[in-house]
Amino acid sequence: MGINRREFLRISGIASLWGLGGRAAFEILKPGVLEAQTREPLSKAKKWAMVIDTRKFKGEEDFQRCVDACIKAHNIPKVTNVRQEIKWIWKEQYENAFPDDQNQFLPEGMEHKPFLVLCNHCTNPPCVRVCPTQATFKRPDGIVMMDYHRCIGCRFCMAGCPYGSRSFNWRDPRKFIKENTNLEYPTRSKGVVEKCNFCEERIAKGLYPACVEASNGAMAFGDLDNPNSEVRKLLKENYSIRRKPSLGTQPNIYYLV
Amino acid sequence: MMYDENKIIPMIIIFVALVTFPLWYNLGKAAPKPDPKIDTPVIQALQNKQCIEPKAAMKTTHMKILDEWRNDVVRGDYSRQMTTADGRVFEKSLQNGCMKCHSNKTKFCDQCHNYMEVKPFCWDCHIAPKETN
Repeated sequence: MGINRREFLRISGIASLWGLGGRAAFEILKPGVLEAQTREPLSKAKKWAMVIDTRKFKGEEDFQRCVDACIKAHNIPKVTNVRQEIKWIWKEQYENAFPDDQNQFLPEGMEHKPFLVLCNHCTNPPCVRVCPTQATFKRPDGIVMMDYHRCIGCRFCMAGCPYGSRSFNWRDPRKFIKENTNLEYPTRSKGVVEKCNFCEERIAKGLYPACVEASNGAMAFGDLDNPNSEVRKLLKENYSIRRKPSLGTQPNIYYLV
Repeated sequence: MMYDENKIIPMIIIFVALVTFPLWYNLGKAAPKPDPKIDTPVIQALQNKQCIEPKAAMKTTHMKILDEWRNDVVRGDYSRQMTTADGRVFEKSLQNGCMKCHSNKTKFCDQCHNYMEVKPFCWDCHIAPKETN
């Protein structure tokens, strides 16, 4: 009846050998097939990036248009107390935006020239590394995203971010959103950190980020991995700088100067 | 024999009365049964009034569905739409999905949530539609 001990050992030995070799065989003959079966591909390999042509920002109005577009799109509260300000995209002087780059003698007007700054959606984001709850994370398309549901408000990310791109809601932001509430987008709650999301909700619909749309061509947005994209063309034809490159965070916001 | 019974016994009576206060205070005053309404203009105009799942399933699992949607959209596969069993497509969104039909938060959400004393924090961030009464 049944199988004897010798037969059992022989069968189980062959079975385990096949089991060990089976996966390797799959990897050699059809690489990626096993992985693909266990995990749905997220999105096409992409790396969103932005190019800001600072030469095209002439007056106060050019900056304000972009900033206001963002405020309106994301229900950003206008907190007047500077220590509690909520900023996604804002204006910064050259000497503060690019502190690495301080030559003793700069072209006339450069030192105090205003630049638009926002979250750099770094390739190597320090904020993601320090977040204890993974409330902030890097998406496969390069966007450094926040899950406000998960944020516990510890503000490690604010300490980690070398660009000051993150703001903490010290108070209920609803009280500071007076007019023009965008009913398609949520607000945040007291006690969470917030920042620019590269307009991921607009990208999902195929729209350009709100600031890019409002910039009248002074800002470009596209896929850094695609050699034919608008951003790659601009970077090919112009000299660009990035904020604090020496830190190794690999920002994905490029400035043409 | 008991020492100080003239102090202890009244204090026991006062203590029991205080502890049971909520019971006898609310006696005969049952909270009104929740009466959720789904009669918004948008729903009344619909041909097929079926939600994404049958009513009974929505009653018991809407919180799980919302939780799954949230994870999908924010940090899962980034899919923003879902298809029902009968092929209709909906936005995986509370603010831009559910509330587009169920635009009566006070009558639709709050009725049961208040009765059951559950306090979901959805509305701390998500904006409820304006209601006209």
